[in-house]
Amino acid sequence: MRNVIVIFQKELKSYFASPIAYLLLAIFAVIFGFFFYSATRFFVLQGMQMQMMGRGMPMDVNEYVIRPLLTNASVIGLFLIPMITMRLYAEEKRSGTIELLMTSPVRDLEIVLGKWFAALVLYAAILGISGINIGILYAFGRPDWKPILVGFLGLLLQGGCLLAIGIFISTMTRNQIIAGGATFAVCLMLWVLDWVSAYDQSAWAKVISYLSVVTHFEPFSKGVVDSKDVIFYLSMIFFGLFLTARSVESLRWRA
Amino acid sequence: MIKVEGLTKRYARAVAVNDISFEVEKGQIVGFLGPNGAGKTTTMRVLTCFLPPSAGTATVAGFDVLEQPLEVKKRIGYLPESPPLYPDMEVSEYLIFVGKLKGLASSDVPKRVNEVCERCAIVDVKSKLIGKLSKGYRQRVGLAQAILHNPDVLVLDEPTSGLDPKQIIETRELIRSLGGDHTIILSTHILSEVEHSCERVIIINQGKLVAQDTVENLTNRLRGSESVAVQVASVNGNLNQGEVRQRLEQVAGVSRVVLKETKDNHCAFEVESMQGRSVRAEVARAVVTAGWDLYELRPVGYSLEDIFLQLTASEKAGKKEEAKEEVKAAS
Repeated sequence: MRNVIVIFQKELKSYFASPIAYLLLAIFAVIFGFFFYSATRFFVLQGMQMQMMGRGMPMDVNEYVIRPLLTNASVIGLFLIPMITMRLYAEEKRSGTIELLMTSPVRDLEIVLGKWFAALVLYAAILGISGINIGILYAFGRPDWKPILVGFLGLLLQGGCLLAIGIFISTMTRNQIIAGGATFAVCLMLWVLDWVSAYDQSAWAKVISYLSVVTHFEPFSKGVVDSKDVIFYLSMIFFGLFLTARSVESLRWRA
Repeated sequence: MIKVEGLTKRYARAVAVNDISFEVEKGQIVGFLGPNGAGKTTTMRVLTCFLPPSAGTATVAGFDVLEQPLEVKKRIGYLPESPPLYPDMEVSEYLIFVGKLKGLASSDVPKRVNEVCERCAIVDVKSKLIGKLSKGYRQRVGLAQAILHNPDVLVLDEPTSGLDPKQIIETRELIRSLGGDHTIILSTHILSEVEHSCERVIIINQGKLVAQDTVENLTNRLRGSESVAVQVASVNGNLNQGEVRQRLEQVAGVSRVVLKETKDNHCAFEVESMQGRSVRAEVARAVVTAGWDLYELRPVGYSLEDIFLQLTASEKAGKKEEAKEEVKAAS
C-alpha cells in the first residue's frame, strides 16, 4: 500500500509539474463552460416563453440543465482521457525510467494502481471545475443535489474504466502519440457502440451495445444508481487494470 | 554474493548471453568487460530482475532472481546505461522518491539523501531540475540513486560513459571507496577503467565468457610482448623509409615492423617485440646511430581489441581471423 502511495504522489506531482494538468483543466473549463452557457440560456428562454403562454408549470433544472450537462461532461471526458493516460507507461519506456521502477522492490500491480489512482484524481480534479458552474445554478435556484452527486459518481466510474483501458494501451508502446491515438480510438468506439441497437435487435447487437460505456452512464445522469451499471464499470476497471499488470509483466519477457 | 550458473538469455532472434557462469565474493569489485553488444547489459538486467533468464540460474545474496525478485531488488542498486531520471523533477525530490520506492523508512529518507548527495558531490545542484543538468551531473545523480538504500550489491552499467576526464577520476575513486562494504559489478569497454577500479575481470564476447581472472593475472598474460610506436625523421630531409624499416628489423628482439605513415621526411612505424623482450632502448640506439632523428618513441597501450585478439587467439587459435572480424564488427 505504501508503494502505491509513493507512485501515486510521484505521478500526480509530475502531472502538475508539467503543463499537462493545467492544459486539460483549461480545455475542460472552456468546453464545459460553453455547454453550460448554452444549456442555461436555453432553459431561461424556454421558461420565459412558458410563462408568456400562461402555463405556469415549473421547469426542473435537474432535468433540463444538469442532466444534459452531465452527459456532455462524459463526452468531453472521452476526449481528455487519452491525454491523461498516454504518457503513463510510454514515457517511462521511452526515457528508460521503467528500468528504475521494475528493478525496485515494488510489485508491478502496485505501480499500475499508483498510476491509475493518480490519473483518476486528475480526472476528478478536471470534473471538479464544473462545480463552479453548478454552483452558479445554486445561486439562482434550488437544484436537487442528490442526482448531481450520482451523476458525478457515474462520471468517475466511467472515467476510471476508460483510464484503466488507456493505461493498458500505454504499456504497449514507447510512443506517446500512438498510445494517445489508440486510446482515443478505443474510447470513441466504446462510446458509439450502442448505436448498433438503433438498427439491429439481434442478440449480438445487445451484447455489443451492452459494452458501450455511454449506455451505462445514462441512468447515472438521471440520478439513478443501478447496481448492474456499477458492476459493469467496476468489472471494466478491474479488467483494464488486470490487463495492464499482465502487459507490464510481459515487458520483461518481450524486452 | 552473486552466483550465476549456466545463464542464457535468448531474444526473439538472437542469443544475447550464452551459458555464462561466474561467482562474485562479498566486497569484491568486478569489471565486466566486452565490446558493445557482447551481452554485458543483458547479464546485468538479469541480475537486477529486469529480465528473466531463458535458462540457468542467477542468485544474489542467496535469493534467486526468478523465485524471490523482491528480496533481490531490495539488496541491489542499479545504474542502467542511461541513468533513469525524470527530467521534470528536482534532484532532491527525485532522490526522495527513489528512497521511498526502495523501501527506506520515511524518517530516514532525508538523512540518506543528504549523505549520498555529499558522497556523489551533487549537493550544489540539489534544488535544480534534472532536465537542466549536464551529462556528468546526471550520471552522478544516477549513481546517487543506485547507492541510496545502501544495497549489498551494486550493478553499474558503464558508470563513466560520457564524463569528462576529471569526472571519470572522481567517479572511479567513488567506486573504489564503495568497495569493501558493497559488492560491485561494473561494466565497461575500456580496459584502463578495469585496471583502475577492479580486482577481478570477467570478459565476455558474443554472449560467451572469454576469460575471468584477477587484473594482475590477465595483464601479465598479455604483457608478454610489447608494441612501440616509433617516428623517425632525417636531418637533411632525405629519408628512405625502406632503409629505416630494414634497420629497425635488424634490432635484436623485434618480431615485426609495420609502416604506419609517411609524411615529408617523417616516417611512423609500429614495432612489435618478441615474447618477453623489451626493445625500446635498442630501437632508440639503432635510430640515433644510423644518423636519423628520433621524434617519437612510445609504448602502445593495449586496447580491448588487442586483448580480445590475444585471448581468442590463445584459446581457439583456429578461429583467430573470425574473432578479429567480430571485434571489428562490434567496434
